[in-house]
Amino acid sequence: MELLHVKIPSWADLQWWLPELVLCLTFLFALIGDLLARGRRPVVPFAIAVLGLAVAGVLAVVDTGAAAPAGGRAIMGDLVVVDGLAAFFRLLFLFAGLATALFAWTSEEIMGRRREHKGEFYALTVLMTLAMMVMAEARDVLMLYLSMEGVGLASYVMAGYMRTSLRSTEASLKYVVFGAVSSAIMLYGLSLLYGMTGSLRFDGIRQALLAGGADPFGLLVAVVLILAGMSYKIAAVPFHFWCPDVYEGAPTPVAALFSVGPKAAGFALMIRFFYSTLAVGANPAASVALIDAINWPLLVAVISAVTMTFGNLVALRQDNVKRMLAYSSIAHVGYLLMGFVLLSDDGLAAILFYLLVYTLMNLGAFFFVVAVNNHLKSEELADYGGLFYRMHWTVGVMMVIFLGSLTGLPPFAGFVGKLYLFMAVMDRQWFWLVILAALNSVVSLYYYFRVAKVMILSRPAAGADASPLRLHWLQYVVLACLAVPTLALGLFFGSFKDLADASIRAMAGG
Amino acid sequence: MNIGLPHFLTVSAALFALGLFAVMARRNTVAILMGVELMLNAANVNFVAFSRYVQHGIDGQIVAAFVIVLAAAEAAVALAIVLALYRNYGSVHADTAQSLKR
Repeated sequence: MELLHVKIPSWADLQWWLPELVLCLTFLFALIGDLLARGRRPVVPFAIAVLGLAVAGVLAVVDTGAAAPAGGRAIMGDLVVVDGLAAFFRLLFLFAGLATALFAWTSEEIMGRRREHKGEFYALTVLMTLAMMVMAEARDVLMLYLSMEGVGLASYVMAGYMRTSLRSTEASLKYVVFGAVSSAIMLYGLSLLYGMTGSLRFDGIRQALLAGGADPFGLLVAVVLILAGMSYKIAAVPFHFWCPDVYEGAPTPVAALFSVGPKAAGFALMIRFFYSTLAVGANPAASVALIDAINWPLLVAVISAVTMTFGNLVALRQDNVKRMLAYSSIAHVGYLLMGFVLLSDDGLAAILFYLLVYTLMNLGAFFFVVAVNNHLKSEELADYGGLFYRMHWTVGVMMVIFLGSLTGLPPFAGFVGKLYLFMAVMDRQWFWLVILAALNSVVSLYYYFRVAKVMILSRPAAGADASPLRLHWLQYVVLACLAVPTLALGLFFGSFKDLADASIRAMAGG
Repeated sequence: MNIGLPHFLTVSAALFALGLFAVMARRNTVAILMGVELMLNAANVNFVAFSRYVQHGIDGQIVAAFVIVLAAAEAAVALAIVLALYRNYGSVHADTAQSLKR
């Protein structure tokens, strides 16, 4: 019996971990740069963060994991794995982090005159991006927990970034309390799983489960506890309480990053963990047979159905655009979970593709709210009257593109993404789920287009300020970088769908 | 009497339940955080016991060491947020923070 299963990492492993290494250094230098530039406009930490994220992005594009052996390359003492799935999510997180850092530069909530420690914001964005990338790479229970807590700790601080604001403080308090409790619950479940399988490695857990002998009831408890902790991260019902309050209270650029980053990272973690421990293989009918005590497809299908319906129905009643987008993001988690029902390769690839599309359109919608908030100091829908005519027409058109894509209308990317998710469960047994999801999309049409209607058809309230809104040039650039792909991916989705398929195949090891 | 795995598991289950109770029943945010610490340590007891009795290795003990460090980091961040709460609201009770729509 081997006493120590943890291997000592070798320096050579770092050549496969260059993007992460760059982000580590970027985080440290951005912090030091902030100390040097204290009290002035934090150009130095901002420039360091943007440069670091861009360099890491280039490195991630260069090394797409295509050269990795089948099943991925396990590095750093076999704690993390670099494969197609990791490469896909690296790019996604680096893009989201870069877009957020650039847009935060123009946000009054982050960079306003009264704010303190502005440079730290960029350092934290880099740290969170790094932790999310590791979440997508973890292949060990220890790394799973460490990376999740890394994302958590960075995000608790970012939610409470506006220290003197009551709403921001409340948001970060709720986030930290719910986050700490749910991660403790998950850790307890992981400890039980370790006890029943005697291994911390995902593949070791799988082998022990295949060998049998584990108590079915104990497994049920462990898996439910773990699922609870991960559901919190992606904000699936019934672990969504924190989501609307945190998104509403946190600074809007931070809420934008929260709504895509940690959610996508949670999905990456769930895909890798449940696929590599529970799924039997490529055959969807036989998958998830490792645990007899749990009807996995039914469990996930019910969570998915409840999540999307709840999110959509509550979003209908919201008059605050930011809070509406928070509930809409819960609904989108419901759609995404559809791809998780059968744990099949098709479904997981559909999740990846939809996460890509969702990142583009949801960041876009949140950034529009940031741009408007800079001038109106409000996110209430009532203040959006006639907004379309008060800003350059391209900005209004881009918001309509984001809203249309979020609804899932053709020819936008959201439509294609939803189509793939629906196809993944399009089976006689799961017809009800597809029909429910389609009905939900119809419901969402109402509240998304209410925003567009108010912007275009309503007049500003009498006596209200109706001066034109001037956007920073950086805001035009970032919004265009989100809107153009949202449109283009709806028409030319082939190569990106192939990328998602290849990522899942590479993870599956075949 | 031989102390074996069941004894450790019983202690850890009791710790976990007490921690969860504290989280749900207490309104003082500091007390809630103490409940979280109990839950984390319940998991730690499990990890150490399983590594001794099931795996016969030290992997679980390594995890416990990492969790202790992370719990300290988390407590630091959480207490800083509680401090901000106290500065803004003049109280550390979870119920006082009610400025967001519900």
